[in-house]
Amino acid sequence: MKLHHKLKTFKLGGVHPDDQKISAGVAITPLPLPKVVTIPVAQHIGAPAKIIVQRGDMVKTGQIIATHEGFVSSNIHASASGRIGVIEEVMDSSGFKHTAISIRVKGDDWQENIDLTETLVEEIKLEPKEIVARIMEAGVVGMGGAAFPSHVKLSVPEGKHVDHLLINGVECEPYLTADHRLMLERPKEIIVGIKILMKALGVDKAIIGIEDNKQDAIELFQELLKTETGIAVEALEVHYPQGGEKQLIQALLNREVPSGGLPADVGAIVHNVGTTYAIYQAVQKNKPLIERVVTVTGKSVKQPSNFLVRIGTPVIDLLIAAGGVPEDTGKIVSGGPMMGKAIADLDVPVAKGTSGILLIPKDEASRAEVYNCLHCGKCIEACPMGLEPYHLLLMSKKGNSQRAKEEHILDCIECGSCSFVCPSNRPILDYIRLGKTQIRKQKKV
Amino acid sequence: MSAGLLTVSPSPHIHTELTVPQIMRGVIFAMIPALLFSIYNFGIGALYVTGLSVLFCVAIEYAIARYLLNRAASIYDGSAIITGMLLAFNVPSNLPWHIILIGSAVAIGIGKMSFGGLGNNPFNPALVGRVFLLLSFPVQMTSWPVQGATFSLDAVTSATPLGILKEGIRSGTPVDTLLSEMPSYTDFFFGLQAGSLGEMSAFALLLGLIYMLYRKIITWHIPVSMLVTIVVMTGIFWLIDPTRYASPLFHLLTGGVMLGAVFMATDYVTSPFTHRGMLIFGFGIGVLTVLIRLFGSYPEGVSFAILIMNAFVPMINKFAKEPRYGVVKEKRK
Ligand code: SF4
Ligand code: SF4
Repeated sequence: MKLHHKLKTFKLGGVHPDDQKISAGVAITPLPLPKVVTIPVAQHIGAPAKIIVQRGDMVKTGQIIATHEGFVSSNIHASASGRIGVIEEVMDSSGFKHTAISIRVKGDDWQENIDLTETLVEEIKLEPKEIVARIMEAGVVGMGGAAFPSHVKLSVPEGKHVDHLLINGVECEPYLTADHRLMLERPKEIIVGIKILMKALGVDKAIIGIEDNKQDAIELFQELLKTETGIAVEALEVHYPQGGEKQLIQALLNREVPSGGLPADVGAIVHNVGTTYAIYQAVQKNKPLIERVVTVTGKSVKQPSNFLVRIGTPVIDLLIAAGGVPEDTGKIVSGGPMMGKAIADLDVPVAKGTSGILLIPKDEASRAEVYNCLHCGKCIEACPMGLEPYHLLLMSKKGNSQRAKEEHILDCIECGSCSFVCPSNRPILDYIRLGKTQIRKQKKV
Repeated sequence: MSAGLLTVSPSPHIHTELTVPQIMRGVIFAMIPALLFSIYNFGIGALYVTGLSVLFCVAIEYAIARYLLNRAASIYDGSAIITGMLLAFNVPSNLPWHIILIGSAVAIGIGKMSFGGLGNNPFNPALVGRVFLLLSFPVQMTSWPVQGATFSLDAVTSATPLGILKEGIRSGTPVDTLLSEMPSYTDFFFGLQAGSLGEMSAFALLLGLIYMLYRKIITWHIPVSMLVTIVVMTGIFWLIDPTRYASPLFHLLTGGVMLGAVFMATDYVTSPFTHRGMLIFGFGIGVLTVLIRLFGSYPEGVSFAILIMNAFVPMINKFAKEPRYGVVKEKRK
């Protein structure tokens, strides 16, 4: 720790949950191929992809099986070779049923044009437009959780000028270590990925933001980037939600994305390190996004792990590989403890946005007793968007969408800090989500 | 594995350790040094009054919740214990039991439960009880036992430093002369003065404050803005005419300023939500306290100042908003 150097962080609110990075020291190991992969066609924000295969078709690993519908959508590829099985609705990690394509896995026969070697390819041959097209072709989406199609982010709207590329290596969710491990094990590929993104965006400045609890990753990148100009590493305070897009922009550039606006409005584009790695693979190796690193962790998990997993692998396979489901498990979360989704079905497939599987013991699984609002103001103190969560709860409860909108309920990033900190255990975020849904419904009518 | 047994609830899936019962326990713990000092000063009478007050408050809250409102008893959150302790802290340590009972009934019945219980009351319940008693039983509420008195409810009584000051100034005695007859500031600091049960020792109250700040139960905003305001205002008067006005230090260490700043004004329910609001609130209490002390007919003004500012809290909440991310100028409605 350097003394006298105050770490950067975002300006409003935030909380400090115990970071619990128990799997941080465990190297990434590839998980064996499952017997069947089940690949949802809606793994991203935007329109579901259109299926272009039929039951009984033989496919190769990396072959397109569903194509993007419109611009805000994403291609879906076979994550293993074999015969297409049933195409039906399955429960995914959102808790809803979505159409998915199953493949009965036979061997691992990749498409010929994909470079499977480990050689680092540094020279970037493609032109900016071609880079974006390749990323779109490869079905790359944001891998930090939101799964927003990356090519859309890279297509900066007319009239906006982007001057900074920000790389999100924060991983502020407690427990998760997938990005951390990737930074330690694939730093050179990530750096090439950053250069690809810089070229695509035409910017000459990039900053990698990493939380201070990952000193090894910070030092590694500092070392590797010594001779580079234009790419900087910034250690950030451990402060949730440091990895929120708007918070990261505030921490690194001291700029605020206007309410209702986009990062590009303040000249920034943010990509997660996992996404940056996938972009390297797509552009330099012609490899589509068919696998990702998933952390499997929890206080009682026998072998907390970081697995390299094919998309479509059922969660149960990951749990077995991590030593089985502990006796005391009360809840299973896809993602981190602050923003992840609880899943009820262990056959839920790993998707492009699945960053981790967290097993929560029974005694921490259910919510504690709810009391009246004490007016303690802790939710306001915690909100990184400067909102008044207690007030938004009341307005959503009353169905007063108009007032809720005036109080900027739509700016809520659903980080959960308010509910986390409320001493009365009030279900603040539940009601805020309800309020937001009410507003969206009214818009549609 | 039977997945049916898994809990499925929306995020976040973790929660801070600091929940309502923990907070209430923390506040009670923070009051213990002041209580111990009081027992040291006034003997077992202090414990007797505090015990009765807590007992009455808890029993009355239980009875009202169960038999009048027909709902589950809310006493387990610990807030009635705090109200009881704070009421006791604000009365003389030789107050007869029936007056304590009346004070508790007013604090809990009118101050808290009539508004719907914890979280809904606009005024600090303990202060509602205290002010009611002050108006109804002025004599008993202002006869303070001398320190060192043991368990004897009709021990010799003495006036508070603030009372002596007010009387003295009225009869034209210079402040210097009045102060020379009183204990030193160090004695004041450690609580060797007459006064209500829990208000004498600034030292003990500061211990409580430090503990609550450390546990992140409260923030510094209200106590600091209130105390700074009092120091600055009394300081200005003192500089203008030190023969008629006592020093800021005197005002800080006597009467209910410390008790008010640490435990009464910081009550969550009856103070503003935001840090900005808290600063305004503390400032308002400071100004009103000084005005009442220097120019009002009562020697002490902290309780009234806090109650008056409690009434302004909804308004402060409306205007003192935190800055918002990405919203340049907030239109105020
Ligand atoms: S969930 Fe929304 S309201 Fe709650 S703290 Fe986060 S941004 Fe603020
Ligand atoms: S944190 Fe909970 S109790 Fe405190 S003001 Fe917000 S909603 Fe009310």
